[in-house]
Parts: sequence; structure tokens; C-alpha cells
Amino acid sequence: MDWSPLLISLATSLVATAVTLVAGLAAAAWRQNRAGAGAALVDGIFILPLVLPPTVVGFLLLLLFGRNGPLGKLLLQIGATVVFSWPATVIAATVVAFPLMYITARAALEQVDPHLLQAARTLGASEARIFREVALPLAWPGVLAGTILCFARALGEFGATLMLAGNIPGKTETIPIAIYFAVEANEIQRAMAWCAVDVGISVALLGGLYYWTHAQRLRRERWGQH
Amino acid sequence: MTLEVHIEKKLADFTLDVAFRATETPLSILGASGAGKSMLLRCIAGLERPARGRITLHDRILFDSERRVGIPARERRIGMLFQHYALFPHRTVAQNIAFGLRDLPRQDQAARTASLVSRTHLAGLEQRYPRELSGGEQQRTALARALAIQPEALLLDEPLSALDTHLRSQVEAQLQETFASYRRPALLVTHNMEEAYRLGEQLLVLARGRVAAFGAKQEIFRRPPTSEVARLTGCKNISRAHANPDGTVEALEWACRLRLAQAPSAAPKYIGIRAHHIDFLESPGEAAAEPNVFPCWIVRTSETPFRITLFLSLDRLRAEAGEAQLQAEVFKEKWERFRDRPQPWRARLAPESLFAMPE
Repeated sequence: MDWSPLLISLATSLVATAVTLVAGLAAAAWRQNRAGAGAALVDGIFILPLVLPPTVVGFLLLLLFGRNGPLGKLLLQIGATVVFSWPATVIAATVVAFPLMYITARAALEQVDPHLLQAARTLGASEARIFREVALPLAWPGVLAGTILCFARALGEFGATLMLAGNIPGKTETIPIAIYFAVEANEIQRAMAWCAVDVGISVALLGGLYYWTHAQRLRRERWGQH
Repeated sequence: MTLEVHIEKKLADFTLDVAFRATETPLSILGASGAGKSMLLRCIAGLERPARGRITLHDRILFDSERRVGIPARERRIGMLFQHYALFPHRTVAQNIAFGLRDLPRQDQAARTASLVSRTHLAGLEQRYPRELSGGEQQRTALARALAIQPEALLLDEPLSALDTHLRSQVEAQLQETFASYRRPALLVTHNMEEAYRLGEQLLVLARGRVAAFGAKQEIFRRPPTSEVARLTGCKNISRAHANPDGTVEALEWACRLRLAQAPSAAPKYIGIRAHHIDFLESPGEAAAEPNVFPCWIVRTSETPFRITLFLSLDRLRAEAGEAQLQAEVFKEKWERFRDRPQPWRARLAPESLFAMPE
């Protein structure tokens, strides 16, 4: 059996999760002290990929990164094409997983007692240090839960990936895409095998998440937060 | 060092408009909840921005709306003690105290932390997390953390309100000790007049965002300038009043004519006397020479552990209808001696204990 879909899926999800983690945290931190219509609009845009059908996301990305798209043209100038390449699977997974990270990171940061941040300010700490040493450590369990959700979502990404990256075995063929084409080609055995792998990874992830949050709860009880 | 504050800020249902000057003696800011006390501290600390005004600390301008100066909180070097302490839950006592010392070399950080730990009696607790401390220990940790940055002013927001009663006197002693060695402007906000009195030298009474009284605490408690200040400083007996041509004052609610120790400077609108200043005469003979002695009837009583509050009326009919206009407070011993005597008793509202107020 060709294991490349597993490796492609894991690599894609890992990179997408890492990018989402940084971008989601940055966006959530940026959003934290802002209010008003502009911020609400930005919220809407950030969360949009969660509610749009993946095919729509994929199609929009195709327009953006295609030969005549604004980003596509730009990349072409440095000799890179994204569409139907491995980076395309990463882009699709990142865009689709981003809202989950953004929402959980924001919720986790909002739960941090604002008095702690104010106390840190009166003690002379810069905003960057406050984020690093006060907000983030306290919001971390929520952020980590968001990271795991993102990874799971990236792993399961199908529609947008197919639109932007296509199905190139050994290059852009992730597990969900492999399953789809296996079923289409009536290779039921292959499809079932990949389904089993997918279920296995997801169960392990969610079990790990549950175990982690439980361990965190014990630790946070020591800190006195619930 | 001097802290000078003159700020205006619009709040939900009134405008905070305050001007005062704090020197090296601790200043208590007394006010009912929602009077704008916490907002005032937050403006000074730089956590809120006043609409207008000027804040200077020693020779530094912290805020000046005209010159468009607004130093951020982190550069103000003002220590703030939050009502619920706001200790970092994921840091130990020592790490909390050292939070503001990051720019010092490591040894200096450790040395200063150690000295604060001993000064605030936290030895042995350095490695504990805030959750593992008692309320008093948490409070001392927060105090040590605020003092660690060697702040040029210290702001305390209701420092005792989150503590159990039995801890308060202990923490109060700690605060007094801190104030005694601090020698820089220290502001303490409270809604408890006794705390305000015990911990501050100067007193500022805040009512609906305005300074209702500001000065030496003894003077404000002895002669509240307004009925509002009288009420906020715990005066239980306040009556509407008007002056008679002969210099006496008619207390309208209490239904009596009173002589004052000195003629009021402005036409009095209110008159007040503190509950523990109302005296009861032992024998009828004592009454003849004394001014402001009236027959009184006890309407009901209310006991506290060592004292008893008597609700009384100088008018027999109103007493019989169950209406009391005055509150007196006496020690239990005196009450034991008096309780079975026939009424009316003789109440004395001593002229030197009465204060007339123009508003």
C-alpha cells in the first residue's frame, strides 16, 4: 500500500496548524482591545471560512492564487505557482482551520482577568511582555485545545483542497482525497483502510485533548482558576 | 514628593470632577460605592484616561489634557493595590513580587524580593502559589509586589474589603507600618469611615464624583462641612434646621430649640450630632443649669456586642406612635443602670457636640 496520503496529510496539517497558531493568536491579540464596527467586520471576515462551503473557499482561493489572480500574479514574478502543488494543500487547510483557532484563542484570552493585565501595566511591563508572560500562560489551555481542533480540521480538509490543489498522487493527495477517489474507482478495500487510519488519528487526537484538558484542570485548580 | 490631581471624567450617571493634592502623609478617600473612587485611582495610575485635567507627581507631568501629555501606566511608577489583589495565579509569591523588577540584574532582583518578603512577613511562603495563601497573605504579596518597583506614589483600592473581619486589624497594622516607612504620597480608597479614619491622616470625602470635604480627618469628623459629609462620616442624627433671631437654632425633625457653642457662620440648613454624643442625665437636679436638655422617650433599642443604640423621640406623642427621630449610642453598663428608670429620661445635646451645616 502507498502510504504517501498519510505523510502528505500529516505534513499538511502540521504546517497548517503551526501557521494557524501564530496567525490566530496574533489576530486574537490584535482584536482584544478593539471594539466597533470595523473590528466586527474583521471578525466576520476571519470567521467566514468556517461557515462558507469548502468549495466556495476553494474557488475563492483559486481566483486569488490562479494565474490571473492578484496573489498568483505576484508569485509568478518570483517563478512560483501555487495551484496544484503541495503548498496549495497547506493554504487550503490553513484558511479553513484558521477560524477555529481565532475563535478559541479569543475566547481564551477574554477569560483572563483584565485586572491582571492592568496590574502588569502598573508594574512597568510592556504590552508584548504582558501578552507573553501573563495573558498567554493563562489562556494557554484554551489555545492548545484550539490547536488540536485546528489540526483535526486541517486533517479532514477536503473540498477547498481539491479545488486548489487537485488530486496529484504523491504530491497533493491527502487522506480524504484518497478516500474519495478510491470510492469513485470502486476500490472499497483501499477506501476502508484510509477511513480506519483517519478514525484512528481523530480518536487519538480527541482522546489526547480530553486527557490534556483534564490534566490542565488539575493544574489550574492549584492556580485557583476554573 | 507631592501628587497633584485635577481631573474631569464623565461617568455613567455623573461627572468625576476632582482636584486635590496629596503629600507624604497618607490620604484616605472616603465615599459610598459608585462615588467614583476607584475611577479616580485608575485615572491616576494611567489605566483610564480623564477627559480633561492634569496630574503631576513630584516634577513629572503624568497627564495634561492641554499639553496632550498622557504617560502610559507602565511608565508612571505608581504602585497600585487592586481590590482583589490581581496576583498572577501562575506565578509563585516570589515571582509575583519580582514581576516588576525585570530590568534589574538577577542578584538585585533576588535581594529586593527577599527584603520585601521579610518586610511583609511572607518568609517561608515564597514558593507558594497565590491560591495557596490566605487572604491576608495574598494582600501582603500584592503590597510587596507594588512596593517592589519603588513606586513614587501608592494607590490602594479598598485594600481591606475582601478580607474577613478578624484579618482586618492584622492587615491594617501591616498597612500602617508600610505607610509609616513609605514617606511618599499614598492614597487609600474605602467606603468604610473607620478604615478611612484609622489609616489616613488627611481625608477626602467623595460624593457623586465631587470633593465634598478635604482636609485633616479630625476636623472633618468633628465639624462636617455639609450634611452629606456628616452622613458619609457616620453621623446618624441630621435634622433640617433654621436659625432663630436670638441665635438659637430650631431643629425641625427633632422638634427642639438648640443653643450652639458658637454662632454658625452661615445660615444653617441642617444640624447634626453624633449618636455617642447624646448624653442622658443621671438625676433630674442636674438638668437645671444645663442648656439643650430635653425630656425623651425610648422608642426601641438595638444591641451590638458592647454598645446599645437607643432610638428616641423628644415628643411623647410621636414616641407613642413608634416614631423615633434621634439615635443615641451608650455603653451597656450605662444602659444597665438606666433601663428600668421611668420615662421620660433627660437627654442632653451638648452645644459643643452640635454642628450646624449650611447645606
